[in-house]
Amino acid sequence: MDLNSQVPSGPIEKKWDQHRFEMKLVNPSNKRKHTILVVGSGLAGASAAASLAELGYNVKCFCYQDSPRRAHSIAAQGGINAAKNYPNDGDSISRLFYDTVKGGDFRSREANVYRLAQISVNIIDQCVAQGVPFAREYGGLLDNRSFGGAQVSRTFYARGQTGQQLLLGAYQALERQIHLRKVQMFPRTEMLDLIVIDGKARGITARNLVTGTIESFVGDAVVLATGGYGNVFYLSTNAKNSNATAIWRAYKRGAAFANPCYTQIHPTCIPVSGHYQSKLTLMSESLRNDGRIWVPLKKGDPRPPNEIPRQERDYFLERKYPSFGNLVPRDVASRNAKQICDEGRGVGPTGQSVYLDFAEALERLGEETIREKYGNLFEMYERITAENPYKVPMRIYPAIHYTMGGLWVDYNLMSTIPGLFVAGEANFSDHGANRLGASALMQGLADGYFIIPYTLGNYLASTKLEKVTAEDPRCKQTEDGVSALTHQLLSINGQRPADSFHQELGKVLWEDCGMARSEAGLKRALRKIPEIREEFWKDLRVIGANEELNQELEKAGRVADYMDLAELICRDALERAESCGCHFREEFQTPEGEAKRNDSDFCYVAAWEFKGRGQPPALHKEALHFENVHLTQRSYK
Amino acid sequence: MNLTLFVWRQEDANAQGRMEKYEAQAITPDMSFLEMLDVVNLGLIAQGRAPIAFEHDCREGICGSCSMMINGVAHGPRPATATCQLHMRHFKDGDTLHIEPWRSKAFPVIKDLVVDRGSFDRIIQAGGYVSVNTGNAPDANAIPVPKVDSELAMDAAACIGCGACVAACPNGSAALFTSAKISHLGLLPQGGPEREIRVLRMVEAMDEEGFGNCTMHRECEAVCPKQISTNFIARMNREFLRASLKHAKT
Ligand SMILES: Cc1cc2nc3c(=O)[nH]c(=O)nc-3n(C[C@H](O)[C@H](O)[C@H](O)COP(=O)(O)OP(=O)(O)OC[C@H]3O[C@@H](n4cnc5c(N)ncnc54)[C@H](O)[C@@H]3O)c2cc1C
Ligand code: FES
Repeated sequence: MDLNSQVPSGPIEKKWDQHRFEMKLVNPSNKRKHTILVVGSGLAGASAAASLAELGYNVKCFCYQDSPRRAHSIAAQGGINAAKNYPNDGDSISRLFYDTVKGGDFRSREANVYRLAQISVNIIDQCVAQGVPFAREYGGLLDNRSFGGAQVSRTFYARGQTGQQLLLGAYQALERQIHLRKVQMFPRTEMLDLIVIDGKARGITARNLVTGTIESFVGDAVVLATGGYGNVFYLSTNAKNSNATAIWRAYKRGAAFANPCYTQIHPTCIPVSGHYQSKLTLMSESLRNDGRIWVPLKKGDPRPPNEIPRQERDYFLERKYPSFGNLVPRDVASRNAKQICDEGRGVGPTGQSVYLDFAEALERLGEETIREKYGNLFEMYERITAENPYKVPMRIYPAIHYTMGGLWVDYNLMSTIPGLFVAGEANFSDHGANRLGASALMQGLADGYFIIPYTLGNYLASTKLEKVTAEDPRCKQTEDGVSALTHQLLSINGQRPADSFHQELGKVLWEDCGMARSEAGLKRALRKIPEIREEFWKDLRVIGANEELNQELEKAGRVADYMDLAELICRDALERAESCGCHFREEFQTPEGEAKRNDSDFCYVAAWEFKGRGQPPALHKEALHFENVHLTQRSYK
Repeated sequence: MNLTLFVWRQEDANAQGRMEKYEAQAITPDMSFLEMLDVVNLGLIAQGRAPIAFEHDCREGICGSCSMMINGVAHGPRPATATCQLHMRHFKDGDTLHIEPWRSKAFPVIKDLVVDRGSFDRIIQAGGYVSVNTGNAPDANAIPVPKVDSELAMDAAACIGCGACVAACPNGSAALFTSAKISHLGLLPQGGPEREIRVLRMVEAMDEEGFGNCTMHRECEAVCPKQISTNFIARMNREFLRASLKHAKT
């Protein structure tokens, strides 16, 4: 397998400009002769589909929801980063680049990250022009806030609904192209396989979720923007139906899967309350700007939080990290909360939470200001817990939130299958071993608005493609495979619903491959997962038929893929015998309990190649080189 | 808690629907309404019966997927709350609940509680955007926007497109949804150039999709999970009048 990153030569500040100049262009009148399939309508997919259509390509766009506007991106709360330096506090493209490389614990590709920082400024311009109502100052100019892992204010936001507003901007651009008949939209359609012809991605096979019809769509290139795979853990902050099926099936067709073990835990989620729990709710980490995190000094202190005097509280993040305090990166904040709870100092009915307290901020800024900044988050919290955070501290606990791993892509965002591009959370590109807050929205939109429209054109202009139709026997073959799998799931006729297997799998992953990992734990997980999978294929129960809207069937297909993916995650975590970013191996830590990297042995991207059912996958390595940022131990002290 | 549910069951768009009775047992107050339905569905699956189909995704009140009438009220009894954010602590042991899909000509039922809301997307297609291609934008701070305008635009833009407004309206009108988008974009300078054509086209699309007329019952506002104000409908009506007069002249 060839892992050529295609990073252009030259100084880092010039690479992208030079590359844009060198890329081949598709003649404007030829663009309409090309059809591009975009799977996903989140920030990455909607922005790519709209931008490609604006350029003149014919686009077919797919999503599993009833409308593209409901993609999981809608739920992002906190904000989007950009190196605008409007607050004049010393930000720059170089600083955003540096923060992102450092935040990712030196496991990302420098050139990609630099480009991301460059493009960040264009994104804000584009979104404002679309009518995204970002927060403003009284003078009418845009407001910024700060976010974890940065010492400047570079985060743009729209109340606590930034993802919603950015997605609606992209969705509206997409709907405009649908109106102009440049995009054909296929909602309630789930991609179940990738069609590879002559070694190139040429289409997808999908199931119509209302009628069950299994159909192929062909084109000249395919863009996967299908989001992250955090739901493999069952409980996560992702939307319930977010899934890994599209990227997993592409992996089985030859696309390398990079760094699957880089999964991020978010420090500020509402704690689990019972077995029926179907998902976890995130409270934006912007809350850490004004909220202070603490637990009682004394184990099992029975007093309500308001009655515990200041000197009997442990503000553990501020104590351990005086310069970043409550704004340390997510992995550091999460691990510390877990440690405190493991020590028995956690609070709440389960002991699995810590306080996030606004009492001081309320005093300093007044309720009005706090309400304006975080009103909807406070409301959300109260709704779920029946506790009023204006009166009592919130209780929070970490939860799975984001996946930095994903399909391997080169600088052009093309996977190891020519013609298969991957955008947004579905690729592995920019965040290394840990993503900074407010950087996923930035990356999704950078990929979709400003990168793929160029690099995909270059691919089309420099590739010879044979003519293919959906009637091609090779498409038929893929359809037969998809039908066979669907019918297999329907005919097991066992006792247990898909959810129960998913829950069991999630528990194993959370215990042994969650916030802290060890060789023994990973080996245990690698023993258990195949057992659960075997049970799944023997005892699954899916009610109903293929030829109808069948939500149990949809779930079953996704859980089947999670079983395999979970195994790859653990394998990757075991292989990476170092700690870096969110991948914390207990065996590898500094005396202070921080992640200890091993740059001489592990400064690479792990890209896994599928070798067939029942065969171990092959590991390929893309070496990472740091020429602009010095490899150092991260420190937020 | 134990509850009795009467739930609308309908195999597909063409089938005759009916209410069916189920017992929801061992429900705890901290469960969300959808988690309660999850529990009921697990019970149905265990008995080999078809689970209730309902739409959901984010379960955080933002994607607008969830959509059901609970005892005749869109999204149930709590104000400013989408079904996924409604918790069982607001019900009592022994309660009887009637659960139905949105009812509207423009939202045909697909299965059980799932309806087709494609008409909303088509209203947006008619003009719910600013026509700016990627790469054409000036610097984001080139045009200052008064904070009050941008805050009001944000109030309107908060719409999640769930369709509760239509389901609650005795006329099945989509005025709240449509006016929210018209106001969001019309309040901002970026949306200015297309302000008139937008309102004309979107109102026309709304009528074509079979939504009813707004006669200001204000039921929509009462059920809206994002508390979108009917003031936006008044604003839409003014904009529509102005645009129609101007276009009639030219
Ligand atoms: C609660 C929450 C808050 C967040 N807050 C922030 C924040 O403040 N700032 C930030 O930068 N990031 C944030 N993130 C992360 C960020 O929202 C996501 O990483 C990002 O939105 C992902 O966008 P995407 O376009 O890659 O994918 P998604 O938005 O997940 O879209 C995936 C799309 O793919 C489609 N799809 C998936 N599988 C298939 C299939 N098999 N067939 C057809 N279609 C398919 C779906 O229908 C959907 O349209 C947050 C995430 C969560 C969960
Ligand atoms: S499930 Fe998303 S709003 Fe209710």
